Amino acid sequence: MALVKVDNLSRVFDVSKPWLNRVLERREKEYLTAVSEVSFDVAERSTYALVGESGSGKSTIGKMLVGLLSPSDGHVEIEGVDLANEPDAAKVDAVRADIQMIFQDPYASLNPRWRVKDIIVEPVASRGGKTEGMAEKLLEQVGLSVKDAGKFPHEFSGGQRQRICIARALASEPRLIVCDEPTSALDVSVQAQVLNLMSDLKENFGLTYVFISHDLTVVRHMADVIGVLYLGRLVEEAVPGRLFDDPKHPYTQMLLEAAPKMDAFGREIQPPEGEIPDPINPPPGCAFHPRCPLAQDICKRDRPRLRQIGGTRVACHFAE
Amino acid sequence: MTDIPVAPPPKSRLRLALESDVFYTFRRSPVAVISALVVLVLLVSAIFAPWIASTNPFDPASLNLMNGFTPPLEPNAFTGDSFLLGTDDQGRDVFSTILYGMRISLFVGVAAVAFAMVLGITLGLISGYVGGWVETIIMRVADVQLTFPSILVAMLIFGIAKGITPVEYRDQMAIWVLILAIGLSDWVQFARVVRGATLVEKNKEYVQAARLIGRKPGAIMLRHILPNVLSPVLVIATISLALAIIAEATLSFLGVGAPPTQPSLGTLIRIGQGFLFSGEWWILFFPACTLLALALSVNLLGDWLRDALNPRLR
Repeated sequence: MALVKVDNLSRVFDVSKPWLNRVLERREKEYLTAVSEVSFDVAERSTYALVGESGSGKSTIGKMLVGLLSPSDGHVEIEGVDLANEPDAAKVDAVRADIQMIFQDPYASLNPRWRVKDIIVEPVASRGGKTEGMAEKLLEQVGLSVKDAGKFPHEFSGGQRQRICIARALASEPRLIVCDEPTSALDVSVQAQVLNLMSDLKENFGLTYVFISHDLTVVRHMADVIGVLYLGRLVEEAVPGRLFDDPKHPYTQMLLEAAPKMDAFGREIQPPEGEIPDPINPPPGCAFHPRCPLAQDICKRDRPRLRQIGGTRVACHFAE
Repeated sequence: MTDIPVAPPPKSRLRLALESDVFYTFRRSPVAVISALVVLVLLVSAIFAPWIASTNPFDPASLNLMNGFTPPLEPNAFTGDSFLLGTDDQGRDVFSTILYGMRISLFVGVAAVAFAMVLGITLGLISGYVGGWVETIIMRVADVQLTFPSILVAMLIFGIAKGITPVEYRDQMAIWVLILAIGLSDWVQFARVVRGATLVEKNKEYVQAARLIGRKPGAIMLRHILPNVLSPVLVIATISLALAIIAEATLSFLGVGAPPTQPSLGTLIRIGQGFLFSGEWWILFFPACTLLALALSVNLLGDWLRDALNPRLR
């Protein structure tokens, strides 16, 4: 059974200027569509990776999954409960305890005035749970020392801080952890350690990850299923082997072409063409058509729906 | 085999404070050390005034009218009593009145700043964290208030408050009305600074982490954001203290502040200025010097603190 069901999810931000400026400059209201009609399921005890360039809406989806943002349209159901629309507060609270998040910047995600042990147990303490010895146990589980419990965050390196964030995320014994680029602020050598730790913890605790990243190599090792986002739309979804060996969507093909490869020294790399379009005025039809080598007239008119081709779900008129 | 170095035991809070950067710059700045000493001496002598002062100048039983207008360090022509800083027209020892006056001045100053701080921090946190029309209303009120000189605002509040308190309570209430008036005229800068810092902090990921576990906005503001916006508040509080002491002295000098039964430094200066041109200079001079020393050293301390806590000036 799917732990997370995302159904037709959209999020629109109002980026208009203040009312007075709009009146004086005779401008219309402006809306930015960060996420548009995204649907996917995440199975229990699996890792679902969302990849895309900056501005593709992957972090916005992450925030909607954990309830930090409410959807403009569509639903997020976790354990069958729609957090944004569920009227029963007790049910919402029970589901919230099962969701945690690991953030991108380990320097901003720990309160600099709190001791590490208070930071780690906060998710439990704020619900009135027993926290004795909990911080110390969790610190050991993430590879830090028991003695670190009384220290402040500035006494740790980036990788150690991210371990503290992981310990905090584990404290309330969640089922789902949304990881928003958890390693992109870390050195490459530390990235591997943190990723291995996360894999181990997933096995030990039976966790489900939604893993947001722009780094295809990281995603390849971590993910059970990969969803590729372009301008807030899900364009392709497949298991890693299939996605890397046989990408169906021209955008996925372009991404893989551009990714650096260890075995390709001296090879000419085709740089990706064009820029991600303006999400305030997205192109009509398929959002990728201005950059697409296969684009035809139909791509400018009709927005392609996700279709099942083999084991892959892809949104392209010409994929086969 | 060489010994493996063992991590040193965690340091105590006192050790950490003594080794901190702030304390280091403090020791290196003579201005800061001297003004801290002056403030400390004045503070201690104000607190322990009943033990230091030779007489209680506001106890009529201890006064001898024959001692009036005794110059400093000279024996009185009639009684032969000698006073360190002389006496005023009613024979009160100026040194003792200064000590007792400083108590009122410092109490009003500290209480007014504390009141302004609580009000400003609360409104600043709310407007920064909640945003929207709440922020617009609070900050526009602050802007409007800022366009009036704060002494004018304080006089207005003082006048209204005095008008609505019954006559028999006026003298007792005067000190509290003074605190209210100065506090209300001074909250704006706290609110502005706290709002600015809150806007920065509320978008940091540790606040999002607290939100996603379901913490209420009140708890996030108090336990997460407040500790991180306090260092600029500390600087403003110190500088405001100097300004509040001067504001209190100004109001008292103008005759709308502390009553003659509970004179502050400002009241003493007002009383003294009547005798300046008849030659009894000491009645004005010594309270004025005390006020100057107090306000100046608190202000210098605030200036130093602002520089010490600003990483860009290191």
